[in-house]
Formats: sequence, C-alpha cells, structure tokens
Amino acid sequence: MKLWKSWVIATKDFSIFRKKKRIIYSLIILPLLMSIGLPLVIGSVASSSASTEEIIVLLNAFSYFYVILAYILPSTLASYSILGEKIEQSLEPLLATPTTDSELLFGKTIASFLPCTGVIYAGSIIFMILVDLFAYDAIGYLFFPNWNMAFILLLAVPLSSILSIQINVIISSRVNDVRTANQLGLILFIPFMGVYVLLVTNAISLSVINLFVISAILFIIDVVLFYISKAIFSRDEILTKWK
Amino acid sequence: MIDAENLTKKFGTVTAVDNLTFHVEQGEIFGFLGPNGAGKTTTMRMLSCLISKTSGNARIAGYDISDGEDSLKIRKIIGLLPENVSLYDDLTAYKNLDFYGKLYECAEAQRKENIKRFLKMLGLWDKKDVSVGTFSKGMKQKLAIARALIHDPEILFLDEPTANLDPESSKTVRDFILDLKKEKKTIFINTHNLDEAQRTCDKIGIFNTKLRVIGTPEELEESVWGNKTVIQLEQVNDRILKALTRLDLRNTITENNKLIIDVVNPEKENPIIIDTIVGAGGQVQYVTRLSPTLEDAYLKFVRGD
Ligand SMILES: Nc1ncnc2c1ncn2[C@@H]1O[C@H](COP(=O)(O)OP(=O)(O)O)[C@@H](O)[C@H]1O
Ligand SMILES: [Mg+2]
Repeated sequence: MKLWKSWVIATKDFSIFRKKKRIIYSLIILPLLMSIGLPLVIGSVASSSASTEEIIVLLNAFSYFYVILAYILPSTLASYSILGEKIEQSLEPLLATPTTDSELLFGKTIASFLPCTGVIYAGSIIFMILVDLFAYDAIGYLFFPNWNMAFILLLAVPLSSILSIQINVIISSRVNDVRTANQLGLILFIPFMGVYVLLVTNAISLSVINLFVISAILFIIDVVLFYISKAIFSRDEILTKWK
Repeated sequence: MIDAENLTKKFGTVTAVDNLTFHVEQGEIFGFLGPNGAGKTTTMRMLSCLISKTSGNARIAGYDISDGEDSLKIRKIIGLLPENVSLYDDLTAYKNLDFYGKLYECAEAQRKENIKRFLKMLGLWDKKDVSVGTFSKGMKQKLAIARALIHDPEILFLDEPTANLDPESSKTVRDFILDLKKEKKTIFINTHNLDEAQRTCDKIGIFNTKLRVIGTPEELEESVWGNKTVIQLEQVNDRILKALTRLDLRNTITENNKLIIDVVNPEKENPIIIDTIVGAGGQVQYVTRLSPTLEDAYLKFVRGD
C-alpha cells in the first residue's frame, strides 16, 4: 500500500471541502456551540447551590460529549467525500488510475478524519479553558487538564470518528443522497447517547478504566468495519450499479 | 497491443458484449463503431480493467485483464477518456490534471511539463487557474482528454471523444487524435460517428453486441457492394433505356437524367455501355464511379445478422 497516494486523495478532498460553504459550516458550528455552550451551563450550575460532586459528574459527562461529537461530526464530510464523487461521476477516472481499493478507502478516511479531529481538538481546548475559568471558584481546583480528558481526546475521539467514517463509507456505497446517508449513520448514535445517560445519572463513572473499555470496543468495531467496507467496495458494482 | 478473445459481458440476462474477438496493433487507431446501447462503453470498461468480464479474455500489451496484479500494470500504461468527463468542478484545470498525474505516479518534472504541453496544445493554458465548473462542454472534454494523457500512456481509450461537441471543438479533438498517432500511440475510439471514424481510424470494427465486421475503412466500403457507374446524360429517353436492357445489366436506376448502373467489371463494361448509349443517340455529359460510403457499410452490417 502506497500511503502517499491516500494522502494525494485526501488533500484533493481538502481542496474541495474548502470550496463548499455548507461543509465548512457543518464542520465548525456544532463544535463551537458545544465548546462555548457547555462551559456556560457549568458556569450557571456552579453559581447555583450545586455540590462539588454534582458539578464533577456533569463535567465528566460533558467531557464524554466529545466522544459523541467525534461520531456526529465526520458524517457530513465522509458521506460527501464518497457521494460527492458518485454524484459528479468522477469515480470512473479515479478507479482507472493505478490506485488500490485500500489506498482509496484510506485516503477517503483521512480526508474526513483530519479536519474533524482538528476541529474537535481546537474546540476542546476552548472548552477546557472556559470550564476552568467558570468552575474554579466552585470546585476549588483546575478541573482540566486531567487523565480522563487525555484518554478521551487521544484515544476515544479518534476511534469514534473512524467508526463514524467507516459507517458512512459503507452506507454511502449503498445509497445515493447525502441526507439519507447521514440519517442512517446517526442511528448508531443511540448507543453513544446511552453511555452519556449512564454518566449523567452517575450510573457509571468516567474513569480511565471505563474509557479504556469504551475505546477497546470502538477499536474492535473499527477493525471489523474496515474489512466490511473493503469487502463492500466493489469496483464492478460502483460503476454498474451506482446510477 | 490489444487482443480480445471471445470477450463476453452479461448483465443478468442481458448480454451486452457477445464473444468479441479482435486485435489492435501498436500505433494503430481502432474505431469501435456501433449504435447507442451496442456495448461499446461496456467493452472499453472491461479492457481498461474497470469492470469484470463474464467469460473469454483480453490482453493489453501482454497483460491479462482478469489478473489482479496485471490490472494495476495495465492501468498504468493506459489512458482513459470515459463517457462522462468526470472532472472536479471545484478544482482548477491545473489541479485536476496535477491530481491525476500524481495518482499515475508521474514524477513532478514530467507532470509539470505534460500539463503545460497538453493544455497548450488544446488551447486551455490561459485557463489553467480557472475552476473547471465554469468551463464549457468542449473545454471540459478537452481537459478530460489531457487528463487521459497526463502519464504518457502507450494505449489510449477514448469513449465518444467528440459526442456533444460543436464542429469546431470536434475538429480540434480530431486533429489532436491525429497528432497523437504520430507519437505512435495505440488508440481505441468508441464512436457512433461515421465521419469521425473514417477520418481518424486505420481500422474499424462495426459492432452491435457482436462484432459484425472488421477492416480498414476502404475495405468496409468496398464490401458493401461492387461498383456502380454513374452516367449523366443531357436527356434520358426510352430509346436509350431500351438499348441498355439488351445489354443484360444487373440493375439500372434512373435519377433525373442520371443513370446509375451496377457493373461487375467496370473497365470492360463501361465502354460497351457508353457505346450503346451513344448509339441510341444519347449525349453523355459525365461518367463517374459511385463509391459506397462507410455509412452504407455501417447500415448494412449493423442491421444484418
Ligand atoms: N450497469 C448495467 N446494468 C445493466 N445493463 C447494463 C449496464 N450497463 C450497460 N448495460 C446494458 O448493456 C448494453 C450496452 O451498453 P453500453 O456499453 O453503455 O453501450 P454503448 O456504450 O455502446 O452505448 C445496453 O443494452 C445497456 O442497457
Ligand atoms: Mg457508451
């Protein structure tokens, strides 16, 4: 596998994304709202009569929100990067080049992965700074940085966004419009929300161990999905059935 | 360079290409001529390793189209102009070509040189930094042809290169194809345009699911019918016609004051025919030979089984 070819495909997609306002907005708005909105919620809870424990439960649940964000955010980009080629019918000359399926799929994966993770990291920095600013008085120490958030950002976020991209690649090769692909992709969002509910109700706690388990599960699903998407990506079908 | 042996493609129960066998030599321009739905695009896609065959086989420069390893080698040495131009509208002309040049593993210097050379040859150099979305159909088609050539392929597959182009753009594209011939490239052209096939191709295959006939344009024309002699008279009259019937000619058509006569051996028969006409008091103005056109050949072979 020639990784530089995947990079060529990814940078081509970056140039196209940059030209699409809708894609830029969809990439920036949600992380920005979250990274400013969540600290504001913390701020108002902190200034009420909530206990330190309650605030910390909420802070942990909000930290986990970034895992969910990593799942939601790539769906527009990923479905566009596959379906966009399908709609512009540009896949035929692309498939005619001496590029393997793995190089192509990997290129498409990084095309969505890098912008999304980049935006999430930038957003999380804003989030952490604002939270420390708003919650310091109430809890008496700087909540961030901490190990939980390090695990979330360095392990769970990338794995979650890869999961999302793989699912979108698989769905995109079956359906023809971006919106349907997005909606189908969001179904998997339900288990992520389930974990969030467990966290916010304090049924489970956010710990490095729990995050490790979540990441391990994500990793296994990612690997399985990689093989599925490779198996599903049939050149023959793309050109003869994608109409 | 291109050798197909009983190549067949079925889509479910529909047979799109049926037992196709043909050879194209290096440096030859081969015209694959057939009506819409004949299976031309399907054939081209099989030969360029984009879709699988159902049975039979083909070799491109000795490589097997059905072999996974070989198919990468084939893709490297061929250039493809697909039926749809399939360019990235949001990228500039230069970036479109540069992207494909990289995927075809062209070294940077060669890539730069080729982009410049082809954009200049096709009159698009001053548009190199313009988004392709603003291009006219003709410009897009030319750019797509440049894309097919970016890696100096030995073999070029062109799927209807001048379809939907205005006459001027068609001419640029045709002249360009003829220029490529000088570079000894092997070119396979799908077309339903007879004029184009005749003007550019060394060899033509008339195809409609099955290959009906293959040969040079001249061979195909001559295979349609023997010779016809056309004689323009000042006035055709019954006396002349009656005199001609005595010659036992196979078929004579009268059109205004023109006689169109089927002849088997023109050198021998023509003097007798003229003598007869003159003997019957006819005034001969012109005598010409009517040659069948490629269109006649096409219609005959596409319809006939
Ligand atoms: N993906 C496909 N699925 C089913 N039938 C197809 C498909 N592609 C082409 N065909 C059929 O194969 C035949 C040949 O099509 P095509 O190769 O596009 O012809 P041409 O390029 O000569 O116009 C047509 O009858 C067409 O309907
Ligand atoms: Mg076609």
